[in-house]
Amino acid sequence: MNGLRVAAAIGQPVLVLALSPLLVGMMRQIRARLEGRAGSGIGQPWRDLRKLMRKQPVAPRGTGQVYRTAPLLLLATTLVVSVASPFIATGSLLDPIGDLFAVIALLTLGTVALALAGLDTGTAFGGMGASRETTIVALVEPTLLVAVFALSVRVGSTNLGAIVTSTLQDPARVFSPVSLLAAVALGVAIIAETGRLPVDNPSTHLELTMIHEAMVLEYAGPDLAVIELASAMRLTVFLGLLANLFLPWGIATSGNPLLILGAAAAFVAKVAVLGAVLAAGEVFLAKLRLFRVPELLAGSFVLGLLAVAASFSLA
Amino acid sequence: MNLLTVALTTAIGVGSLAAVLGLLSPRRVRATAVGVGTALCGAAATVAGVAAIGGQHATLELPGLLPLAGVSITADPVAGVFVAVTGGVAIAAGIYGIGYSRHGLDGRGVQAAFPLFIVSMLLVPVAASVGTFLLCWELMALTSLLLVVAEHRQRPEVASAGRWYAVMTHLGLVAILSGLLLLTAHAGSDSFPALRQAARHLSPTMRGVVFVLVLIGFASKAGIVPLHAWLPRAHPEAPSHVSALMSAAMVNLGLYGIIRVGFDLLGGGTRWWWLLVLALGAVSAIYGILQAAISTDVKTLLGYSTTENMGLVLVGVGAAGIFASAGSPVLAGLAVTAALLHVINHAAFKTLLFLAAGSVLHATGTRDLDRLGGLRTTMPATTAAFGLGALVASALPPGAAFISEWLLLQALIHGLPSAGMATAIAMPLAVAAVALTAGLAVATFVKAFGVGFLARPRSPRARDAVESPASMITGMAVAAAGCVALALLPTLLLPGLGKVGAVLMGGPSAVAAGPITLRLVGVAGSLSPLMLTAALLVGLVLAAAAVRILASWRVRRQTRLWDCGAGPLSARMEYTATSFAEPLQRVFDDVLQAEQDVDVTHVTESRYLVQAVEYHRRVPDRVERRLYEPVLRFTAAWGRAGRRLAPGGVHRYLGYGFYSLLALLLLLVVTR
Repeated sequence: MNGLRVAAAIGQPVLVLALSPLLVGMMRQIRARLEGRAGSGIGQPWRDLRKLMRKQPVAPRGTGQVYRTAPLLLLATTLVVSVASPFIATGSLLDPIGDLFAVIALLTLGTVALALAGLDTGTAFGGMGASRETTIVALVEPTLLVAVFALSVRVGSTNLGAIVTSTLQDPARVFSPVSLLAAVALGVAIIAETGRLPVDNPSTHLELTMIHEAMVLEYAGPDLAVIELASAMRLTVFLGLLANLFLPWGIATSGNPLLILGAAAAFVAKVAVLGAVLAAGEVFLAKLRLFRVPELLAGSFVLGLLAVAASFSLA
Repeated sequence: MNLLTVALTTAIGVGSLAAVLGLLSPRRVRATAVGVGTALCGAAATVAGVAAIGGQHATLELPGLLPLAGVSITADPVAGVFVAVTGGVAIAAGIYGIGYSRHGLDGRGVQAAFPLFIVSMLLVPVAASVGTFLLCWELMALTSLLLVVAEHRQRPEVASAGRWYAVMTHLGLVAILSGLLLLTAHAGSDSFPALRQAARHLSPTMRGVVFVLVLIGFASKAGIVPLHAWLPRAHPEAPSHVSALMSAAMVNLGLYGIIRVGFDLLGGGTRWWWLLVLALGAVSAIYGILQAAISTDVKTLLGYSTTENMGLVLVGVGAAGIFASAGSPVLAGLAVTAALLHVINHAAFKTLLFLAAGSVLHATGTRDLDRLGGLRTTMPATTAAFGLGALVASALPPGAAFISEWLLLQALIHGLPSAGMATAIAMPLAVAAVALTAGLAVATFVKAFGVGFLARPRSPRARDAVESPASMITGMAVAAAGCVALALLPTLLLPGLGKVGAVLMGGPSAVAAGPITLRLVGVAGSLSPLMLTAALLVGLVLAAAAVRILASWRVRRQTRLWDCGAGPLSARMEYTATSFAEPLQRVFDDVLQAEQDVDVTHVTESRYLVQAVEYHRRVPDRVERRLYEPVLRFTAAWGRAGRRLAPGGVHRYLGYGFYSLLALLLLLVVTR
């Protein structure tokens, strides 16, 4: 079991780190093809990162330590989450922090670091992005936690490994109304958290609609590279969590190297499919007005609450 | 004579001595003497509290000290928690007060009332009879009132805040007094053991009436909605170290009262009591943090955040009561342990935040976030202190409040299968309320820290700020050390708290903690705060090292802000606290109902050209407007009507006296 844990602790962050820019590239490529463009290929995000890393770092006058460390903190929280989550193995070296609440709170900590950095620049755009992002975070939190609640009630634990193991042992649960409702609620929350359409448009630079991009507008060079990488990793981590919480099959439960390789392949396939669905869906969606977003989140919150109610009446 | 008795007596002795020194010592050394005395008193009280949590008991009977009732004191584990919290806050506030009092707060009255306030707060939880309890409670109310109005000569708002506080705290006292006297009347003696005996033979209706009465009184002290109206007035207007004591120590005693009377004296009671408590807690948490999120005055914001956190604690207490009445003492113990841990964590971070806010007020003379900013360069220590406090207050890891909220959520989640329909509806809603509160707390404290301390100064006073004196920084450092210790090593504290919960609920201890990981007993769940912090630090170091190696090695170049290529920015173009909170205000407009109007003045020649635009926004406290203003209007009308009875003639007044006496005698004749 220990071999499995060590393999997961090293393999998961490396896998997430290496594949997340490719995931973003693939999503952009799918979008481009569906819109009738040629696209720049799935390796483009990696090429962008390499270019940014070679540039000279800059320190805008009037910014402080918070602005410098925020990208690193964002990356660090995502790394910790990618070690603690059950992506390719059910056990984790960091099992006592592989808890759904802890993982969500850690990812929120990364967002908060960026919001503070946005405010630290003292520009109107930085403040605007920070204000919008924290508003959305505040509204997403109830949905996320209620969906977590629905998932953990039937298992009796909020530990990620325990939830995944329990689903493996009792596959019929996946197709219960509780799971489906919770999956939809969690899916909407994840779209909002990762700043995808219809909540935020990741490819816009139009000032009235920017949320995430407005916050990081001042960053350049290696700092920007770290943020881009960490954002891509957050997307991968969220999609991976969504995949493995509801469809954990393929995940390694013992230290057999072949099983671990298979689990890694299964994880990549699941995240790729989810990413492709998300990218294809985005082609048909327009961005919502900021003040319509709460309605979307309220809807997903109700779904989460229904999931909890269903888990009680079916228990 | 065990450690507890010695430490408690020392604390009360040193505190009283400090009060005497405050009256007698010359102005030059007064603040220092009182500050050092208070800190020593707090240290002794902390030792006493920890000893009591550890299981020591102490009893003291002084029948001659007070006529008729006497004074009786018993320190048990539950009291120990609150004594230790008050002691810890007193250490930080005492040291901080040495520097903070130098500007107009070193008068005799204020300096004597300060240690006396702390002594009374130490006595409230150890009082073991109704007489003693009410006496200490009233002493606490009066000394804190004196401290709230300390600066009434400088600012007229202080007097109004003092009036609100005085009226509401005394109405609360009336409610507590009626409730406890009702119970005492059935017991025949006012000692707590006698009340415990008597409560067993009381009818459920009677017990319910007693509980609701004391709940009203204690909830008003804890700042629970709708009885919170005094809190966002009095806490901001009090001197900052007093605000810290009130917000971090005094409001806790309201919760202590609910726990003591509800669980201990009345022995648990029925489910509707605790559903009521849970609902009050959830409403307070959401309403408090919503008001905090749109508040621009940093101390008002912290005051509303106190209401929020007390609400969260009440959610825990209410859940504990529901579980206990459903017959699962393990879960009840877990919920009450979470509540007590949150009391301790809240005390630590709220002390730190109020002291840091006081330091800002001291340096800039303003509490308005819209006029602050850029303090990180001029006041680095204060900025670090507020930043740490804000991190903890937003309940994010690796802060301490995250751990207590995690415990609370665990209790709520595991509580679902245990009991009937009401619980099944209440628990998910409670989880959602806690979650919404956590989300809004993040927005609130990002705003408070980001707008107040980062970016560039928005006013000349913020630009010219200078760091506070060493004693104030030391006070903040003590509070900060408390926050860090609670975040890293709650595993040392939790077994003790678990036992306190077990004593209250009559089950086994709900939390077992190794040196690194804390595990729940009876339900599945584990968390390692130390490992979480270590993993984050390792991640940070790895990320920094990787960037260092892989990225370009050229030195960082100083540039001007890009800002889409626009010209140099002025401080007026920055986002302010008001603009930061505007989206939230719009989202929650149905609840908040902000009043805003825009006045446009046109140029006289053409109405297409604008000369000036004025924008006003006010967010009135809606509960206050709906609930308090009608009552106040009615009272005022009643008073005006009554004025006609008193035209000023002595004959008329003598006549009133005569006829009242006559009526009384007639009444006696008729009824006897």
